[in-house]
Order: sequence, then C-alpha cells, then structure tokens
Amino acid sequence: MAEAIAPPTVSPVSVDVTPLPLRAVLPWAVFVGTLMLVLLYFVGAEQGATSVFSGEGVHEWVHDGRHLLGFPCH
Amino acid sequence: MHASTVRTLLVRGMIAGVLAGLFAFALAYLAGEPSVRDSIALEETQSAPAAEHAPAAGSAHEHAEEEEELVSRPVQSTFGLATGVLVYGVALGGIASLVFSVCLGRIGAFGPRATAALVAGAAFTTVYLVPFLKYPATPPAVGNPDTIGRRTTLFFLMIVLSVLLAVVAVIAGRRLAPKLGNWNASVVAGGGYVVAVAVACLVLPANTDAVRETFPAALLWEFRLASVAVQALLWTAFGLIFGALAERVLQPGGRGASVVRADADGVTSPVRTAG
Repeated sequence: MAEAIAPPTVSPVSVDVTPLPLRAVLPWAVFVGTLMLVLLYFVGAEQGATSVFSGEGVHEWVHDGRHLLGFPCH
Repeated sequence: MHASTVRTLLVRGMIAGVLAGLFAFALAYLAGEPSVRDSIALEETQSAPAAEHAPAAGSAHEHAEEEEELVSRPVQSTFGLATGVLVYGVALGGIASLVFSVCLGRIGAFGPRATAALVAGAAFTTVYLVPFLKYPATPPAVGNPDTIGRRTTLFFLMIVLSVLLAVVAVIAGRRLAPKLGNWNASVVAGGGYVVAVAVACLVLPANTDAVRETFPAALLWEFRLASVAVQALLWTAFGLIFGALAERVLQPGGRGASVVRADADGVTSPVRTAG
C-alpha cells in the first residue's frame, strides 16, 4: 500500500549492506576505543571521585559541562 | 581495505561528534547556563558546610575564593563548557562510529543512514537516558561532596549495565528474528531490555543525598530539562551528520566498501568499489 502511493521519482535503494569484518574493527575498537574512554573519564570523573592529576584545575575547567552532561560533579 | 573503511568511518565519527558537540554547546550555553548560574548563586548564599563545592576544600568560604582564582565563572560557562561538551562529543562520536562499523549490515536491513540513526538513538538511550532515570543530573549546590565517590561509581555502573543489557538485547533480538519475525523479535528484545533495566534500577541503591529538600524544584526541573535537551540534540545531530558522512564512504564512488543498490526499475545490481 505504501509503495503504491509513494512518488515514483523516489528510486528505491536496496539496503543490503555488506557487513565489515569484525577483525577489521577490533584493533581500532581496542586502541582508539580505549583512548576515547580515557577522554570521557577526564570529562566525566577526573578530580571528582578519583584523581590522576592533583588539584582541581581539570574539575573546575569542565565543571559546567560535567553538570549539564549528567555526570555527578561534586 | 576494510581496515581503511573502519578508519575512515572512525575519523568521520569523530568529526560528526565535534559538529554535534558544537550544536550541543550552543544549546547548553543558552538553555543550561542560566540554571547553572542560579544554582551557583544559591550555593554561595548557603553557608552550611554541606554546601561546599569540592571535597578537597576546607570550608565553603575558603573554597569559593579558591574557585574564583582557579577558573572564573565566565571561563567556566564558555570555554570550559565548550571543552567538556566537545571532548564528550569527539569521544562518544568515535566510539559510536566503531559501534556503527560492527552494526552495519548485522542488525537488519538498514542502510548507513538508518544504521547511524539507530546507533545514535541507542547511544542516547543507553549511555544517557537510562542512567539519568536512575541517577539524574544535578546542578551545582545539590550534591554532598562527601559522597562523590559513591555517586560516581553508581552512575558509571548504571551506564555499563545499561549498555551491556542493550548489547544482550540486540544479540537476542537477532537470534529471535528468524523464529518470530523482525518486528516481534525487536519488540521482545526491547521489552526484555526495559524489564532488565527496571530490575537494575530497583536493585541498585538510591541516591539519598542527591537533592536537598530546600533546593527549588523549578530550578531543578529547568536544569534537568536543559541537560536532557543538550544530550538529545547532541545525539540527534550526531546521528544525522554521521549518517550522511558514512553513506558517502560506503556508497559507490566512496572509499572501501561494497554495497548493493537497486535502480528505479527495481533491478538489483551489485556495485563494487575500489579501495
């Protein structure tokens, strides 16, 4: 029914997409994925519950972002 | 060839994350900062030790002075906020693009744009919305600094649980699809996720000191609404931008992958691209 009333100018594109092999994704997931999680840690938790660097510089710098993104800040 | 496709998608995911972060930052500044400012004003009028800003500070007053020296409010609400939101966007954009690379062609008959939209929607739901329902975002002057360790642990635990349960739900949904059909399998998997998350919410301890009784309800609502809006905009923008960028990588003429397209007459012709 939906096909019958669809405008004929819209060319139907098949959605048969070849999956990317998992072994191609794995090294990127391990290395870059881990790096991204470290970045998230610095935005979300550094100098709050735990500290890699002493002081409160990181905490204070990302303070507003941490609150508005939903992380427990202090 | 495939590794280079994954790498290209990763780079584009991070670019889409930055762009989505810019939109989210604009909204956070316009809609979120007023409630943050009001909360801090409230915080400064409270002289109780419980209202102090960070666990390391000796007293609320001493800390207030320290804070002004370290990073001023105008910097916190602009460059600081931008740093937080953009780094969050880049990091989750990169991770989401990796999830996209795994999901593409594996979660059903979805093209790159639809897959990107589904991944973005799932990320918003599992990484933000579900943890938010249990441990909602709180403005400054709300939390007791003494419990930050416990609250952070519980919040990240909720994110991990939510994401893992979603992964299980997706895998279960794909397994059930041949037996139940795509729609019913998706409904069963989605329902299972909701039930499992609900059980997790019931089992995990409550945030007893998250909000003091004296904190204005309207201000809290305004802040939380802004927080949800910022995340919703971030993920909507990411899904749309990354979907468009990913499609160009995966389409004929793009780099790396092969896709099968049907022309207007419905004739399916495999198109393999060099890469």
